[in-house]
Amino acid sequence: MFRRLHDNAATVTITIDGVTTKAAVGESVAAALLASGDPRCRQTPVSGAPRAPYCLMGVCFDCLMEIDGEASRQACMVTVREGMAVKRSPRPAPMTP
Amino acid sequence: MTETVDLAVIGAGPAGMAAATLAAEHGLDVVVYDDNAEPGGQIYRAVETVARDRAKDFAFLGESYRAGAELTRAFRASRARYEPGTTVWLVQKDRTIGISRDGKARMVAAKRILIATGALERPVPIPGWTLPGVMSVGAAQSVLKSAALAPKQPVVLAGKGPLLFLVAAQYVAAGVKIAAILETGARKWDALPHLWQAWSKTNYIGKGLELIRAIERAGVTVVRNAVSDLKAIGRERVEAVTFSADGSPGRIETALLLLHEGVISNVQLTMAIPVKHAWNATQRCWQPVLDARGNTDVDGIAVAGDSGGIAGAEAAAHMGRIAALDALRAFGRIDGPTFAAMIVVEEVAQKRLLAARPFLDALYPPPDTAAAIADDTIVCRCEEVTAGDIRKAVDLGCTGPNQTKSFTRAGMGPCQGRMCGLTVAEIIAAKLNRPMEEIGYYRIRPPIKPLTVGELAALE
Repeated sequence: MFRRLHDNAATVTITIDGVTTKAAVGESVAAALLASGDPRCRQTPVSGAPRAPYCLMGVCFDCLMEIDGEASRQACMVTVREGMAVKRSPRPAPMTP
Repeated sequence: MTETVDLAVIGAGPAGMAAATLAAEHGLDVVVYDDNAEPGGQIYRAVETVARDRAKDFAFLGESYRAGAELTRAFRASRARYEPGTTVWLVQKDRTIGISRDGKARMVAAKRILIATGALERPVPIPGWTLPGVMSVGAAQSVLKSAALAPKQPVVLAGKGPLLFLVAAQYVAAGVKIAAILETGARKWDALPHLWQAWSKTNYIGKGLELIRAIERAGVTVVRNAVSDLKAIGRERVEAVTFSADGSPGRIETALLLLHEGVISNVQLTMAIPVKHAWNATQRCWQPVLDARGNTDVDGIAVAGDSGGIAGAEAAAHMGRIAALDALRAFGRIDGPTFAAMIVVEEVAQKRLLAARPFLDALYPPPDTAAAIADDTIVCRCEEVTAGDIRKAVDLGCTGPNQTKSFTRAGMGPCQGRMCGLTVAEIIAAKLNRPMEEIGYYRIRPPIKPLTVGELAALE
């Protein structure tokens, strides 16, 4: 969906769902996700529909992902770090009484 | 012991930076909390990084953006303490602030608070706007500035407003392919009576025409004839956008649709305190009620920049300095004559810039289309509540957004109503044929940003 205008930026290595990806130093996890070719970040709890980042400024909360083991982080507000493990959030299992 | 500070500024966009720089220069102990990693806000996002690492990108990002580098440099050189990556999740009327940084929450007692949390894009609820591949224009610009990311395939921009044309012009200058610009709305003639005032006092009109000329020179298709009925089509991600232009149907294949219908004041924090707000019928959003120097009805809490009313980045910096001067006088850091001499400079500049607002507000009127949102269109993205669900709740007797929230869960998700609040209220207002003032808004409650229970429990 997005491409990098420069290919000479300094990079760090992160994983998205276990897949190794290069990210530019200083960019957000959401930006790295958009550049990765698959912008999906989660499935909604209500219908399980796929979502991708929408506003990229911390407002819409659509880019919630698991980052280094912490669930529901706003991927657009977190800067990538070397070795960071990012996971797409699956649809939570429905609660049963 | 609780940390104390003279002036706490919330947000490091043009208003926050200008205010903090001036206040610190005159000896106030100033701290700036910013949830971003570097100063600039949305308008000057990543301007330091661009200036340092990829200055050639200014060629397509433009001179207005580059101007932010100077404001940022002055802010960095000042004695104001900058706390990046810091969220403010609570502001109380007694000026206690709850912040969170690096997974640790703490409380700060401020003698004065300046809220400069800027603007956000007006939500554009159209069918399919939750599909991957549909984003806001501002979002696309954010990664163009911060990460030099641009659409891979030809992109469609739909909506209206200065930002839409700015981003389109930036794409053209960066060599990015635009499939089409679909301009919604049509009532342009309303703007004419305000043209002279805007033209004679500011350079906004000239700048805008330059952008539009650059877009046209590049051969971009601009559909100007009152585009409506926008739909994002696709199953797992957007594949096409359909619309009608002057009643004729249109369809464009695209993997990326960018939406924009102007910006609204970000009032999440001021609503949570709460300070007094009023409905701005022209800009169609809620705004805090402020005096000429940005003071709210709560003692010691002021607002500057777009979070107090949409006026743009340049005006925001002046408003920030006006609020800072008011704070300096309150602390006795400047005498009466100095205050008077300094504030008049800012007020004159501010007034000149505001002269363009009536023209821009009339040229790009916010959509008044809540009644036309189809029943099956999602309005609350978090809880996937549709316009029809809201209307059904109104039929059951709901008269405001806090009631429809209980009935439908709209506004109860993680965004805390930021993305649906206006739409839900406007749907209710349209259905009941009542003014927005009567319909009201969600009761916003802290914490207004996510906070772990662990952080809360560890608070002293």
